[in-house]
Amino acid sequence: MSRRLRARFAKTGKVRFVSHRDVARIWERALRRAGVPIAYTEGFSPRPKLSFGLALSTGYESLGEYLDISLRDGGSSGVDLEQAPTLLTVALPVGMEVQAVVDLEPGMPSLQQAVTSCTWHIELSETEAAVATLVDRALAASELVIARTRKGQEAVEDVRSGILSLRALGPAADGSTVVEAELATQPRGLRPAELARALHPATEVRRVVRIHQWTQVGGARQEVIPLLSVDPDPAREDHPTGPDRSRVATLTRTQQARAS
Amino acid sequence: MRDVWTQLEPHLASVEKPARYIGLELGAQRPRHAPHRVAWLLTYPDTYEIGLPNQGLQILYEILNERDDAVAERSYAPWTDLEAVLRRERIPLFSVDTHRAARDFDVLAFNLSAELTYTNLLNCIDLAGVPVRAAERAATDPLVAAGGHCTYNPEPLADFLDFVVLGDGEQVVGEITAVLAEWKRGGREAGGSREAVLRALAGIDGVYVPAMYEVDYDGPHIRAVRPRYPEVPERVEKRTIADLADWPYPRNQLVPLTEVVHDRLNVEVFRGCTRGCRFCQAGMITRPVRERPADQVRTMVSDGLRRTGYDEVSLTSLSSADFSGIEGVVRDIVDDPTGCGQISVSLPSLRVDAFTVGIAAEIQKARRTGLTFAPEAGSWRMRQVINKLIREEDLYSAVESAFSQGWRRVKLYFLTGLPTETDQDTLGILDLARNCVDIGRRHHRNPTVKASVGGFVPKPFTPFQWFGQNTLDELGRKIGLLRDGARRTRSLQLTWHDPRATLAEGLVSRGDRRLGPVIERVWRKGGTFQEWSEHLDVDLWLDAMAEAGLDVDWYVYRHRHEDEVLPWDHLSAGLHKDFLWQDFRDALAEVGLPDCRWTPCYDCGACTGYGIEHVVASAVPPAGGSQGTGQDLTRGSEVPVTLLPGVRKPAAAAALSGAPS
Repeated sequence: MSRRLRARFAKTGKVRFVSHRDVARIWERALRRAGVPIAYTEGFSPRPKLSFGLALSTGYESLGEYLDISLRDGGSSGVDLEQAPTLLTVALPVGMEVQAVVDLEPGMPSLQQAVTSCTWHIELSETEAAVATLVDRALAASELVIARTRKGQEAVEDVRSGILSLRALGPAADGSTVVEAELATQPRGLRPAELARALHPATEVRRVVRIHQWTQVGGARQEVIPLLSVDPDPAREDHPTGPDRSRVATLTRTQQARAS
Repeated sequence: MRDVWTQLEPHLASVEKPARYIGLELGAQRPRHAPHRVAWLLTYPDTYEIGLPNQGLQILYEILNERDDAVAERSYAPWTDLEAVLRRERIPLFSVDTHRAARDFDVLAFNLSAELTYTNLLNCIDLAGVPVRAAERAATDPLVAAGGHCTYNPEPLADFLDFVVLGDGEQVVGEITAVLAEWKRGGREAGGSREAVLRALAGIDGVYVPAMYEVDYDGPHIRAVRPRYPEVPERVEKRTIADLADWPYPRNQLVPLTEVVHDRLNVEVFRGCTRGCRFCQAGMITRPVRERPADQVRTMVSDGLRRTGYDEVSLTSLSSADFSGIEGVVRDIVDDPTGCGQISVSLPSLRVDAFTVGIAAEIQKARRTGLTFAPEAGSWRMRQVINKLIREEDLYSAVESAFSQGWRRVKLYFLTGLPTETDQDTLGILDLARNCVDIGRRHHRNPTVKASVGGFVPKPFTPFQWFGQNTLDELGRKIGLLRDGARRTRSLQLTWHDPRATLAEGLVSRGDRRLGPVIERVWRKGGTFQEWSEHLDVDLWLDAMAEAGLDVDWYVYRHRHEDEVLPWDHLSAGLHKDFLWQDFRDALAEVGLPDCRWTPCYDCGACTGYGIEHVVASAVPPAGGSQGTGQDLTRGSEVPVTLLPGVRKPAAAAALSGAPS
């Protein structure tokens, strides 16, 4: 079985306007530049074997994105997990920072399967008081319906069960307010924009940051690759997590995540 | 200085492909603005996807940023959705590097690669907050400049451009910068005179300042174009760099974050072309042939791949299979042990023969999907007229070779509306394509042959500059003939260029200064992105022509006389007008003209006029010969060329090729 790696990275600042598909191509080139011996698919049109987790909408930022990298047989022993984050960050555009690279055990579920929910910070164009009311109302409701398209069909659906937690965090710039929401990704995911519509049909979504992607380990919720000293305290003045590279750079990897 | 990023940012999530506007490419320079540095905004007047890969722009971007007296950033035409935002929110055109407002630069320098981008050029000037007409600009406004292939007839843009650069830009941008640095020191901001700086620019070789010339008309005809001042040259000659080896640019090719055209490493292996295809403006205006030394090509490829992370490299030129020793170079690239992963190489080539396919097979071990050939015309007679001397058997052997080596799709490029073309010639396109389908069927169950047909637009500084373009109706009729004929053949896919776009291009291609108001009117009516089929509106052009009292027939469809003053006669690509006229006569007589790289000079003027020569590594054609040209290759040794250092003397080379000397 050839070696596989899982990498965690942030995507903040200007680079958030790059699409999911472009992020994949950026990674392909960055891995080649960094000299990582990636495996390729067979056939007439070989592609690097990379698989990404849940797509992040263009324009959203994230403190925790993931991808799995398959390494070529034979050439894979040379990858140093300690140094990989630095080497890869240098090969990536400004705003994409690799926080951790770990070995992926054989038989581990794919990112798409593993992640069950995500925590988001979502900036809404409402006052703090208005958002507090909307949040209370949503949490109290037994049903929250919105219209959304599914396989091209318009359907009215109850999305209440997709909201695992929700709270108003505090004011952001221009009189808007940040909410923190943990939204399910399975069986059907709830997107930040859909949550906003469920809260109030006319509210405008401004900045959106994915803070965590959660997976279930032995019945407990755990980050896909946990980091130490992540403290995205939204009440702090430098929130929302903008193009501030120093913040991300302070994140450190846990030893536990790297344990085999 | 105005940074527009904070204004722009809230709107980017609502426009298509916002990654086009953020910069951050690998290879992007760190611009260091300073009062003593001339600030250039290098602008491509089409979308980022089309403009970013432009090599000319990237070369100048690096050369200027290496200088102590200059700084350069880049800009591209915003797509219509962002344009609406910019106008609504009063945000000016900006650089993608630091999101600096365009007006804060000293020069807005445009690359002109296609006539149908002219209205975008006006739109960009306007979005910059600069008056579109040069005469209305104040001393505090930036200068508006243009370079690139279309500048060999800049007359339709004369009202809008302050200065124009003809030919290779590598050296002349430095000379221009020196003049502008002086202008800046003298206080461009403090209201220094534009007239003075324009007169100084007009004194630089290769720089044309339209306002320094007066056009005399004689009815619809031009009587003369005269300089306004004695020190302004009567004729502006193009600039040519003698040796590509001195200019190994771009050293840091830009790697964009989002997908663009030609999204791969591009290494220019030679500039110029002497095959002499009579319809091809690029081949005429970029002479002579200047090869890059093979070792430099190898270094640029291996360094470039390592630096960019690309897995594909294109060896660019007008016909890369003609590069001396091309086989060795591509083999070295493919076999490079230091390379990471599988590298594929692409090779734009005019040659249509098994030799070229052989190289392609060598280098495209992976991704063997489609190969493209350009026979350009459907009959041998027609190909003699246009001097594209590919025999039918050359094409079939190439196609046979492609299908037998695993390719399943073959694409063929053709032109229609060529001089002396008859319906028999036009329909010959279908005969060739059908025969290629038959060859394909011998190798695959479902081969595809795609024939792409473009309408011919006569271009300045080509032997066909006198030829009257086919009318809209005539081109429509010819495409109809082809379409009807192609229906009956399965596996043959016919695509064609919209004759309306051909007409619009033809209007501007050989227009004069009177076209200025037409272009301005089309732009004011919203006619931007005319290169894009969904945006092209030929009625805007026809209405604007009528409005200006100009006759489409006179400008586009009319044959020109030998003694007529052409709107670009006061400019020069080095080619003698009598050479071009003779070549036109030869075309009409169906006489081909050999490639002068490998045969004695016939004095077109491009070398002799400037005291330069071809720079090639071999004075004999590459293996496989100068296919189809019927050239006497034994005379290779007599060719007056500069050989790159370290290669055999011409006589020895000829002897080595087995030809009697």
